Amino acid sequence: MEYLGSEGGPRQHYSLISCCRCGLQIEPNPTNMCVNCLRSDVDITEDIPKTSVLNFCRSCERYLQPPNQWVKAALESRELLSVCLKRLKGLNKVKLIDAGFVWTEPHSMRIKVKLTVQKEVMNGAVLQQVFVVEYTVQSNMCEDCHRVEAKDFWRAVVQVRQKCDHKKTFFYLEQLILKHRAHRSTVNIKPMADGLDFFFTKQDDAKKLVEFLSAYVPCRFVTGRELVSHDIRSNKYNYKHTFSVEIIPVCKDHIICLPKKTAQQLGGISPLCLVTRVTQSIHIIDPNTLQWAELSGAQYWRNPFKALVSPKQLIEYMVLEVNMVSDRDRPNRPRLSTKHMLADVYVARMSDLGANDQQFHCRSHLGHLLRAGDTVLGFDFSNANLNHQHFEAMKGDRIPDVMLVKKVFDRNKRIRRRKWKLERFDGADEADTESVNRDFNDFLEDLEEDQAIRENVNIYKDPSKISVQAEDTDDEGAPQISLMEMLEDLHISEDATGGEGAPMME
Amino acid sequence: MAVRAQFEGNNEIGVFSKLTNNYCLVAIGGSENFYSVFEGELADTIPVVHASIAGCRIIGRMCVGNRHGLLVPNTTTDQELQHIRNALPDTVKIYRAEEKLSALGNVIACNDYVALVHPDLDRETEELLVDTLNVEVFRHTVASNVLVGSYTAFSNQGGMVPPKTSVEDLDELSSLLQVPLVAGTVNRGSDVLAAGLVVNDWMAVCGQDTTSTEVSVIESVFKLSDREPSQIQTQMRDSLVDTLS
Repeated sequence: MEYLGSEGGPRQHYSLISCCRCGLQIEPNPTNMCVNCLRSDVDITEDIPKTSVLNFCRSCERYLQPPNQWVKAALESRELLSVCLKRLKGLNKVKLIDAGFVWTEPHSMRIKVKLTVQKEVMNGAVLQQVFVVEYTVQSNMCEDCHRVEAKDFWRAVVQVRQKCDHKKTFFYLEQLILKHRAHRSTVNIKPMADGLDFFFTKQDDAKKLVEFLSAYVPCRFVTGRELVSHDIRSNKYNYKHTFSVEIIPVCKDHIICLPKKTAQQLGGISPLCLVTRVTQSIHIIDPNTLQWAELSGAQYWRNPFKALVSPKQLIEYMVLEVNMVSDRDRPNRPRLSTKHMLADVYVARMSDLGANDQQFHCRSHLGHLLRAGDTVLGFDFSNANLNHQHFEAMKGDRIPDVMLVKKVFDRNKRIRRRKWKLERFDGADEADTESVNRDFNDFLEDLEEDQAIRENVNIYKDPSKISVQAEDTDDEGAPQISLMEMLEDLHISEDATGGEGAPMME
Repeated sequence: MAVRAQFEGNNEIGVFSKLTNNYCLVAIGGSENFYSVFEGELADTIPVVHASIAGCRIIGRMCVGNRHGLLVPNTTTDQELQHIRNALPDTVKIYRAEEKLSALGNVIACNDYVALVHPDLDRETEELLVDTLNVEVFRHTVASNVLVGSYTAFSNQGGMVPPKTSVEDLDELSSLLQVPLVAGTVNRGSDVLAAGLVVNDWMAVCGQDTTSTEVSVIESVFKLSDREPSQIQTQMRDSLVDTLS
């Protein structure tokens, strides 16, 4: 405790007086008492409790700020200091000059705060005193965590659905969400048939995710709400909101048949097309001419259509001969793809090899990849029985016998050579079935083949494989990801789900 | 010697009493306790008089006086004035002062020879002071405070000024008044000295809250101590020297 002179001017020379209590010779001050006597007389901190309690929620690591706000605060942080100071009752009666933490062992569950306060005592003398307040950290579960524990907590749900026979789109979404940490405020993620459900405690968080999805994949959504309870007196309604997001059912390597009108709008592209990529829009190419087009989500939803052929219906062909079509002979169309090369390809069904020597001729956009002897996946239109409204409207002479979709590489070798890995939702890679694993592998191969998709995904080096030198050199040209594109290893210590709330997968 | 007293629970006894070398005025209280303190100490030597001025009990702040006389404000009624005249010795001249600053005790501090007065005091009052109280008058402030009567207390032996008086001021006042001065407090640190303390040449009365430290300061500066060192030096010294020689 010390006495602060109240006059600001130059210090005058006073004669010493004797302290009125003990007779000690002191400089005159408003109380005319020495500091020791004053201290025994008045304690400016007597209204302030020297011990207090902080409530701390262990599961979300937040502190209670009375009456009912929970705030995140690191140890010795500014936020924690404000929480501590708000717990002190008598602090409004004194002037707070300084406050700081005294170091304590984090496991001790004690927090010590050193305070410097000033207060005017009798006759306008201002006293300053330094003291320490000890806080005991008590664990209390916060209301949010309570609800999570009670499994009765979500106020909004985003149901993401894709009517499709594989899960690749959802693997892509998972990576997008992880990269942008869009799942930070989710309280739960549940896999459902044909999609995922994201649960939120607030409607705004759900809206945010819906907007995020709309920005990255072509989709549309409808909202609904269910009345849980309401109070007619205060006009308060308690709803559970549902956002149903439908992602377009068309994916990469699907063969589609465009409605006539859409085909005309896209520059008179042939209706029978191949989907090369789905990002914010659908990229399609006509393998016969290399003409390509981009179909936006809005355009799609104006005239929705289903995929004609999905990758599961493709069969393997053996390439017998590849003849490049020179630029001179190419049909003159606008917007030709420069990434592909048009070729006349002669193929035979893999199943026919040894049985007959039936050959098929087709034009393909894969001229830059195919060599005689390669295996390629394609669709056999000659034996197909397709039930599709727009396909049936096409003239028979415009339908090729075979449409080649993608070249086949040795899958096992590709898995072996893969030196990278992806972050996953917690528990997402457990209890996967064979088909899910295959879909995931397809997704990884897609990533290797398409840089544009890769850009939206965080790819991490796999230290267990990166040290092993590639032993085989018989490179058949399977696409790979360069080291440049890989990020340093992901830190397992950091919670991949954002470290908040309950585990994401049940 | 200094005694402690309280006026109806109030420590500011200088407000309710006026003590000089020739007489003592005491306010009319609900009980006689306060009066008894003065009566017990002074009855043998000087008259102790119950008085009121303008119907108020705060007589210590209203009037100013010394051995030679007493000045009362012009609000004093004829009856009160007559009562005081009757009770006081005939040698004491009593006058009403036509003064704008009517709380004379607050603006004038005096002993039997000199008076410190408020710088704005009327010229006529100053002359009246000289005539009535036989004092030399100095217009001065104490610790940059104009209410010299409230903040200082002095007798013919010594005087006290508030703690905030600078050393230069203290020296100047001391040379003006020709008495030793000291900075001090009464009533546990109060610097309104004349309100907490009344003093004449052989006794002082201070508020009940005054600590022993303060009492010892008061006794030493007003030379009230019974066991004066001078006794040893004057009377006993001779006999001691006699026996030793």
